[in-house]
Formats: sequence, C-alpha cells, structure tokens
Amino acid sequence: MVLTPSREQARYGMLTRWDMLRYGLHVGLLVPLLLLGLGAFELAGQSLGPDPVETLLRELGWWAVTLLVAGLAVTPVRHWLKQAPLLRLRRPLGLWGFTYAVLHFTVYLVLDRQLAWAEILKDLIKRPYIMVGFAAVVLLLPLAATSTAWAMRKLGRRWQKLHRLAYLAAVLGVLHFLLQVKKDLTEPLIYAAVLGALLGWRVIRHRSK
Amino acid sequence: MRIHRPTTILPSEITPRAVRDERRAVLKALGLGAGQLAIGGSAFGLLNTANAATSAAAPAASASRTKLVTRPSPYSTREAPNSYADITGYNNFYEFGLDKTDPAANAHTLKPRPWKVTIDGECDKPGTYDLDALIKPHALEDRIYRFRCVEAWSMVIPWVGFPLGDLLKRFAPNSRAKFVEFTTLMDPAQMPGQRRPVLDWPYREGLRMDEAMHPLAILAVGLYGEVLPNQNGAPLRLVVPWKYGFKNIKSIVRIRFTEKAPATAWNVAAPDEYGFFANVNPDVDHPRWSQARERRIGAGGGLFAAKIDTQPFNGYAAQVAGLYRGLDLKKWF
Repeated sequence: MVLTPSREQARYGMLTRWDMLRYGLHVGLLVPLLLLGLGAFELAGQSLGPDPVETLLRELGWWAVTLLVAGLAVTPVRHWLKQAPLLRLRRPLGLWGFTYAVLHFTVYLVLDRQLAWAEILKDLIKRPYIMVGFAAVVLLLPLAATSTAWAMRKLGRRWQKLHRLAYLAAVLGVLHFLLQVKKDLTEPLIYAAVLGALLGWRVIRHRSK
Repeated sequence: MRIHRPTTILPSEITPRAVRDERRAVLKALGLGAGQLAIGGSAFGLLNTANAATSAAAPAASASRTKLVTRPSPYSTREAPNSYADITGYNNFYEFGLDKTDPAANAHTLKPRPWKVTIDGECDKPGTYDLDALIKPHALEDRIYRFRCVEAWSMVIPWVGFPLGDLLKRFAPNSRAKFVEFTTLMDPAQMPGQRRPVLDWPYREGLRMDEAMHPLAILAVGLYGEVLPNQNGAPLRLVVPWKYGFKNIKSIVRIRFTEKAPATAWNVAAPDEYGFFANVNPDVDHPRWSQARERRIGAGGGLFAAKIDTQPFNGYAAQVAGLYRGLDLKKWF
C-alpha cells in the first residue's frame, strides 16, 4: 500500500489518502462540539441533562485530555507502523485538544463561576486541581500560536524544543482529571498509565540512541 | 386533626407523572398560570395525547407507582419543586453506578417489596418489622424541602414521609442512646454497584439523637404524592434537609441506637472532605470547591441561570441552628 504522496500527487497538489484522513479527523473532532452545541440549546433531540453546565465541563474536559494524550501517541505509533506521514495527524489532534481545553476553561469562567473574579482567584490560589488545569491551558497557548507552517520555519530547531511543552501540558491535564474525581479513579488512572507509557517510550528511545 | 378517608381513585385513573409534566409544559407554553391548573384535568383532556414512554422518567416508572394519601405540612417551602424527570433522572446512588443517570437506568433490579427493617441497639423494644407494618401508624405528610448536594447543586423536592422522631420513640431508646445509625441494604444482586469497592459497603449514615428527633428530619416513602421510585432510595430513605444530600441514606434496612458516633460511609472514605455533621454551610468550603453558592437544577435560564447563594443550614437555620450552639462549625463540618 502506497500511502506517501506520489510524485504526481505532490506536483499537482492532489489529495493523498493521508490528506483525506487528516481532513476526516478535523471533521470528526468537530462532531462532539456540534452535538454539545445542539444540546446546549436543546436542538435536534440533543440535551445536556438536568445540570447542563456540569455536562459541558465534563465533556469538553474529557475531549481536551483525550486529544492531548492522543497527540502524544502519534510519534510512537508512527514508528511502530513505520508510516512517516502519520505525523500529519498530530497537528489536528493538538489543535482540537487546545480548542476543547480553551472551551472547557471558558465554560468554567463564564457559566460555572459566572465571572465572579474573587471566587476564581480564590480557586486558583487554594485549589491544586484548578491551578494545574489553568497551567495546562496557559502552556497550550504558545503551542497553538506556533502551530502554523510559517512559525515552524521561523523557529527552526527551537520549534521542537518549544513544543516539548506538550508533554507537560498533557501531564498537567491528566493530573487535573485525576484530582477532580470524587471517588472512582479508574478512568483517570488509565489515562495516567497510557501517558506514562507514551512518555516512557520516549525516554527509553532517547537513552538507547 | 383532619381525618383522611382512603382514596377511592383507581390506579388506572391516575395521570402518570410524566404525562402531567408534559401537560404542565404545554400549559406553561400557552401562558396559563398555576391557579388555572387547579380547575382540573378533565378540561384539558385533549392534551392527554402525550406519550409517557418518550419521557426521561418513563424507564423508571414501575408497577408500584401508587398514589399515597398525604396531608400538607407547615414545614414545606413555597419554592417551586423540580420536575419529576429531574428528581428521578439525576441522582447520586453509587449502588447503581457512579454517573447521575445510572440510578434511573439501573435501579430496576432493586425489589422494594417485601422489605424488612431491623430496629435495635440501645432501646427497650428492638425488633424486625415488615416495612408496611412499620410505617402504618404514621400519617404521611407532603414535605417540600430544599435539597443541597455537597457537589454544590440543589433542587426542591416534594417528599412524602413522616417525622423520624415519631418512629424512633416507638422503640423506646434508653439513656445510652446518643446516636442513631442507619444502614442501606447490602445485596450486590439487587445493587450491582456494590460489586465494586467504591465505598465501604453497605452505605451507613448517622445522626446525633437530638438531630434525629428534630421535627424537620423525616423518613421518606414517597415523592410527588406517589410511592418512592427505586432510584430515589425506595422503599425507605432518610431526609434531613439542613444537611448535605449524602446524609440522606437510601433503601434503609437497619436503624440502630448507639452510644458512640457511628462510622459513616463518606466520612470513612474521605474524612477531610466529608464530616459527620455535614451541615450545609456556605462558610466552610469543600477542599476542592466553594460551598458559598449553588446551581439550582432546572432553574429558568438553563445554561445561563444565575447561581444562588447557599444559606446556612440550607435555609433552615431558624429551626435547627440551636442544635449546634457552642459547636465550632468550621471544626465540626
């Protein structure tokens, strides 16, 4: 199976299968957001349930953490499958992870805390899981801002260095997930284990070089 | 005292709650007020086309959806109750799963009849009773109470029940009875959530004797004038409206008088997060969130509904604050 673009495809700007997959991923990751949007206005049979703010927070947060971890899985999977073009799926995963994280944070600020700044500030200072979540969103900002091809060219080698922040953001995201659970830690612990494996793979590879 | 004749209404004549909710929504949409609703259902017979099966509450509806004979209570709030769908579709009942929609989906495995309750411990007349015999001497009251979850959301719930103290007195607690311990059914076949060690099963709760004897504390057997649905703690649950929701233990099989404070499920699980008293208190935060305000489920405005200020003792301070005079509420949260 030839998945790398052929010379003709590259020359005439034709869509490769990888392009299709990438566009499909963009559309696919827009779907949960659309469903939540419909639910927010009780349209098309969608509903956020009796506590809509809680549902929004939980769903947006879940997608953010899932996509950030999935973004870190791209490189190991690429090596495993020996499919270099897989790398092109990393940007959609990261950008959508960022989008969900920002929306999650916005829902917290506007709908949950209702812009009560004193309360928000107290949250930030007093509550570790808020601090950790906030830090993750802040770390994602420069990554999203430098996600264009232009920024990659401009930053050169420094781009890769900067984008290692994605590891830290994912760690903080999973930690935030873990800390907010009331009782059952199963799901966030699975995320922590997956993230640990993905980062561990990198450490081992780096050492054996 | 008013004497109530038993109802002569056939169960088949009772409008299902879900249908009634939908009718209300229609009437609301038509701009009709609550006062006009009182002129009776027959005038709105045309609206009786709503399909109960489409309602979120419908899966929970069981054969035991029987109307109860009740009387109003001066302890009821005048605030508008939440919809039946919200009250029966959004529950924390970990014996049936951890998501709030799990109990409505899973609680059908609970068999609320026949049901036995044991009353023992420091009392002169211990015994095990069939539930119907146990509650028979008590006149049922409508108690519309605010309900404040420790997770900072709230509802208004029209319970049907009777004062807990009236029941406790019948068993003649002795002078060593300082606390009352309540225990939920332990049966993983009926409560599949008990197969996972989420809490130290069975769920247990407790009250100080004076709290238990307070007239606001009730044992609930119904909701919206009907028999309590499984997911709300059938067939017998505690309701202590000035405390966080988790104190209101569900599906009770044992009530025991004790000399020492009993261990309680959430306090054992996370002592720094959930105290024994668990009185609603806007000034004492949960370690992970503020308790100063709450989100009223079903409040107008949906996503953008303003939060409301949480009241000390959930708005029942005038009645119960005296129970805690001299107690440091920050220490004994």
